[in-house]
Amino acid sequence: MSEKRILMSGNEAIAEGAIRAGCAFYAGYPITPQNELIAYMAKNMPKAGRVFIQAESELAAINMVYGASAAGFRAMTSSSSPGISLKQEGISYISGAQLPAIIVNIMRGGPGLGNIAPAQSDYFQATRGGGHGDYRLIVLAPASVQEAYDLTREGFALADKYRIAVMILGDGVLGQMMEPVTLAGKNAGKPLPKRWALTGCKDRKPNVVKSFFMAEGGLEKANLDLQKKYKIIEKKEKRYEGLFLKDAELILVAYGTTARIAKNALFRLRGKGRKVGLIRPISLWPFPADAFRMPGRKARYLTVEMSYGQMVEDVKLSSGCAEVDFLGRSGGGIPGEEEIVNKVNRMMI
Amino acid sequence: MKKIFTRPEALKDAPNHYCPGCGHGIAHRLIAEIVDETGIRERVIGVAPVGCAVVAYDYWNFDCSEAAHGRALAVATAIKRLRPQNIVFTYQGDGDLAAIGTNETIHAANRGENLTVIFINNAIYGMTGGQMAPTTLVGQKTATTPSGREGKGHGYPLKISEILSLLPGVCYVERVSFQDPQHVLKAKAAIKQAFLNQIKGQGFSLVEILSPCPTYWGMSPKDALDWTRDVMQKEFPLGKIK
Amino acid sequence: MAKVIINRERCKGCFLCVSVCPKRLIKKGSKLNKRGSNFVEIDPAGVCVGCARCAIICPDCCIEVYK
Repeated sequence: MSEKRILMSGNEAIAEGAIRAGCAFYAGYPITPQNELIAYMAKNMPKAGRVFIQAESELAAINMVYGASAAGFRAMTSSSSPGISLKQEGISYISGAQLPAIIVNIMRGGPGLGNIAPAQSDYFQATRGGGHGDYRLIVLAPASVQEAYDLTREGFALADKYRIAVMILGDGVLGQMMEPVTLAGKNAGKPLPKRWALTGCKDRKPNVVKSFFMAEGGLEKANLDLQKKYKIIEKKEKRYEGLFLKDAELILVAYGTTARIAKNALFRLRGKGRKVGLIRPISLWPFPADAFRMPGRKARYLTVEMSYGQMVEDVKLSSGCAEVDFLGRSGGGIPGEEEIVNKVNRMMI
Repeated sequence: MKKIFTRPEALKDAPNHYCPGCGHGIAHRLIAEIVDETGIRERVIGVAPVGCAVVAYDYWNFDCSEAAHGRALAVATAIKRLRPQNIVFTYQGDGDLAAIGTNETIHAANRGENLTVIFINNAIYGMTGGQMAPTTLVGQKTATTPSGREGKGHGYPLKISEILSLLPGVCYVERVSFQDPQHVLKAKAAIKQAFLNQIKGQGFSLVEILSPCPTYWGMSPKDALDWTRDVMQKEFPLGKIK
Repeated sequence: MAKVIINRERCKGCFLCVSVCPKRLIKKGSKLNKRGSNFVEIDPAGVCVGCARCAIICPDCCIEVYK
């Protein structure tokens, strides 16, 4: 594997990560701010001997991913907020049928058509399932272009391992900014043998891929199987980055693009002697609750988001703190370093 | 004595859940017979719809996928692109193919996907209790058109097969019926053609079957077959469309 | 002479076979099967020609034909 660093956008890094992870099928529909991703796939998937389809809709794209995964192949789709809402039908079916898949959401402003500015206001939708039924996605939130590449590759391995849909949750800033990337990193692993896949029933009984369980008790059993799987994932797959947590009296909590801004604010505040720390959840589901449960810690929490506090609930539940402070903007504005520094200074008087 | 008619291997020896006289049972069997005759049971992949035939995979003895309502052709597109050596078909009702899934249907056809589509037109939504379908005839009474369908306001019977035949990506479209045994055999020949086209790599093929729904038409099974002949065919004439 | 065997338990009593038999050998039976359907019966004295029209129209695949 090449170790040379090349300059790429977040969207391109996700696409390249997918191709190098053995993604055999991609279907998507154009939407800003993730258009570089679909264009990269259109250009490079056929070169790698893979299948690229520009679908007629988001619905068709996600259902193509369902078919590709049912056929036993690694598959991905990508979109941005309004398009992800459309995909929820297929994501629910993929979850019910326990199919591995990668869904990329490069978030933009909402609700409705919103705008094309970066946002993080799909947190609830991503971390609570999003469509109908009792299900979860593994949600990974990269904060750099390198991490977008790495987490996409890792996402494919997790999807195969647990037969689950994995969402790569970024925003318009991450999708479009350029950074150097090393195209190596953690191995996405070889696709696992998929004995349940549709290949034609040669020398075996027919396989059926479905999420429909009409027989009495059938759906309850299927749902309990899902819950069992989610418990294992909650135990094993939590990821976060922690900075200055040992002596922190105030801990910033932020993911993705806002975590970068929070980190800059953190270093400025530390420079002034403020005992500030940072928790950057990398997996948004499972939420890294352990990071908030350090014995003896008496810190306050300030979440910083490009939404109106959708992550605050998870921070409250994980930390056990009834009061969690919040700084955020959504709909075009990005919380600035200065705003964070000022807010922390006011809180720590 | 020689067996001249028996259950095909590709059809499981299990009772189906369909109402007495329902056309789905005939259509399932014809597909299974063709799968046997063409020797593709071990490489065919069926995509079942949402509607009365939602559990078609419980009756066929080969690999199958469920698809969300209307999305069978999106699912099938991906399977066939990734597994070109497999024979992939969708089995869809009128609501699935020509209402909620019209977009997927038209675009899969327009891309010329090398797929076989078996389209069951019974002019009604059976599974949900007899509501108006896109192919419901003008004047036909349903649960949601209690005074009969009116073209203006409810829409006219949608001739999706004729629409699809206009697309350059489409290889073959034929409309058949189950009105009597001779027509069932003609239907079988058309379905076989649609499978052979795919085996030869010739592209998108669709067979529309005028199929009886005695329960929600409120008729005896025999009268329902006669209705497909005497009434439905005035709106949906039989024959090769493309 | 040909022979028709009807799977009585599988028959739903739609009587489509009755309507298509050219020799009128299939009749609505007098008994009910386990599913409560009035299954069809073949006239044992009749001469079946083995045309299989009954089997071709049967939606439940419950007729086998021998010749």
